Amino acid sequence: MSVDAAASLFPRLALWRAGLTGLIAWRNLSHDRVRFAVTIIGIAFSTLLMGIQLGMLINFMHTTSNLVDHSGADLWIAAHGVKTVDLATPLEERRRFQAMATDGVGVAEPYLIGFGFWKKPDGVRETVIIVGVEPDSTMGQPWDTLDGINVRDALLTPDGVIVDRLYAKKLGVTQIGDTFEINDRRVRVVGYTSGIRTFTQSPYVFTSLRKARSIASNLPHSEKAITYVPIRLAPGASLEDTRGKLAARMPDVDVMSGPEFSNRSRAYWLFSTGAGITVISSAILALFVGVVIAAQTLYASTMDRLPEYATLRAMGGNRFYLYAIVIKQALIGGAIGYVLGMAFVLFMVWGGREASAAPEAPLWLVLAIGAVMEVMCVLASMISLNKVTSINPAEVFR
Amino acid sequence: MSVSAIQTLGVGHVFGAGETAFAALHEIDIEVRTGEVLLLMGPSGSGKTTLLHILGGLLHPTSGRVLLNGQSIEHLGEEQLGVLRLKHFGFIFQSYNLFPTLTATENVLVAFDLMRADLRRGRIRARELLCQVGLEKRLDAFPNELSGGQKQRVAIARALAGDPQILMADEPTAALDAESGHRAMELFHRLAREQGRAVVIVTHDPRILPLADRIIHIEDGRIVPAVGAPL
Repeated sequence: MSVDAAASLFPRLALWRAGLTGLIAWRNLSHDRVRFAVTIIGIAFSTLLMGIQLGMLINFMHTTSNLVDHSGADLWIAAHGVKTVDLATPLEERRRFQAMATDGVGVAEPYLIGFGFWKKPDGVRETVIIVGVEPDSTMGQPWDTLDGINVRDALLTPDGVIVDRLYAKKLGVTQIGDTFEINDRRVRVVGYTSGIRTFTQSPYVFTSLRKARSIASNLPHSEKAITYVPIRLAPGASLEDTRGKLAARMPDVDVMSGPEFSNRSRAYWLFSTGAGITVISSAILALFVGVVIAAQTLYASTMDRLPEYATLRAMGGNRFYLYAIVIKQALIGGAIGYVLGMAFVLFMVWGGREASAAPEAPLWLVLAIGAVMEVMCVLASMISLNKVTSINPAEVFR
Repeated sequence: MSVSAIQTLGVGHVFGAGETAFAALHEIDIEVRTGEVLLLMGPSGSGKTTLLHILGGLLHPTSGRVLLNGQSIEHLGEEQLGVLRLKHFGFIFQSYNLFPTLTATENVLVAFDLMRADLRRGRIRARELLCQVGLEKRLDAFPNELSGGQKQRVAIARALAGDPQILMADEPTAALDAESGHRAMELFHRLAREQGRAVVIVTHDPRILPLADRIIHIEDGRIVPAVGAPL
């Protein structure tokens, strides 16, 4: 092979070959223990902040659209201009009958959301969100119930309500069967759910539609009061066609698919209130802090090692060999910092599992943050790569 | 039988341009043959280091030709010269330039890694080379645990890793005591004599003159005749 051909083959392979570059990178990184600790802590801190902030964001997204996401409905009819599922406004019950008469609609059920004041034994009142469904309904019932309760039977129990275990203490509930008042009407706790959080921290109280109509404070106490009509399509019906027919039949209400209503609910809380912007900007800031710390320490480490890089160049090492060292330094630092930071995140997720507002860490988020941290560290090392590229191998003889 | 390893034909080098241009070398014609130890001597700023850079493929001459085994190399690009250095040259630097975070064996192993050699076999070979230079008891020592002479022997072992045709050393005895310096020169001599390598040494050290086969004196970028030097 000619000299030219050999030279053209060398660079492309150096970065991926398992050679000494990993060992050199590790030794370079860990040689100065104080600097190594600063790098790792910086990346771990960045991971921790990002993990918590994004975990909270996911929690917010889930809690703001919980009721829609777990309803099982394909379509929703709501009063025109409803911003989020929790802030419901009244809807005439005739809308349900109009929906039932529309082609493509399989099931259309009444659904009610209202506010109430839950009075604890000590006289303190807590705001709650009342969710009223028919005991026999096929959509919108409470989910993740505990102790194997039969939801239908529970909702048929006179004055029966189901609350989430997370809010039991807040509501003063000590056991099943405890009685309280909502808007001066008696209710009895007949079951628990597990992990149904609310964004507003006003707990959901599931009850029968009939009971909900009698206690919701923001709705006219009418036998016909509802706020939504969740719809399940008839077998084989097209969602878009059915929605179009419903919208044509009822132009003065909003007809939304489940995901649309879910997104509308999320967007309201996350962006209209600024909560989402705050969380997202905190996550970006955390990433920025991580980039700056990693870039600064990697650059300083590279500058310290310039004579060694020049030696490698003089010996005949190509640029990619040096790049491999610098990039592997970044990847190793990123991986260690990430593992440390993510361990804290997972610990906090575990510790917050019984809290009413806790970060979530689904596997995809754990992996995505890892990928982001590694990319961030490699980007941070680019400044150092620039320095390495400009090394003059003849420097070693001076 | 010794043959020409590297040769310069009318090599010159000018640093900078315009009014600040400085001619470091003028029309240098030298030939380094296999099996010989060649000393490049001269005062500071005479151009001997620039000549070493050009001979070692670290610097392009601004005029003239450089022939490696009869093939012109002055036109090659940086990466191509890198491959040449890897295959044909072994460098021993004045301050040894060992990697402080690597052991003696690992320092030598780096050279094998640059050549993309199998690292398991490379490690065995690295240890053999260190044993050859008398460091069999210091294989796993870090540079800060070695004396100056031992560091230099690690550097020599590293330079020999690629079985180079040409060894280039910059002031190899400057930081060594008389005995270590003498031993280093004997080693260079042996590498030239027994293994047929060309050894080019830049030095100010008069103690090593007796072990050289040939001495080239450079002053103001030109080769000058030296009185009393061995031929």
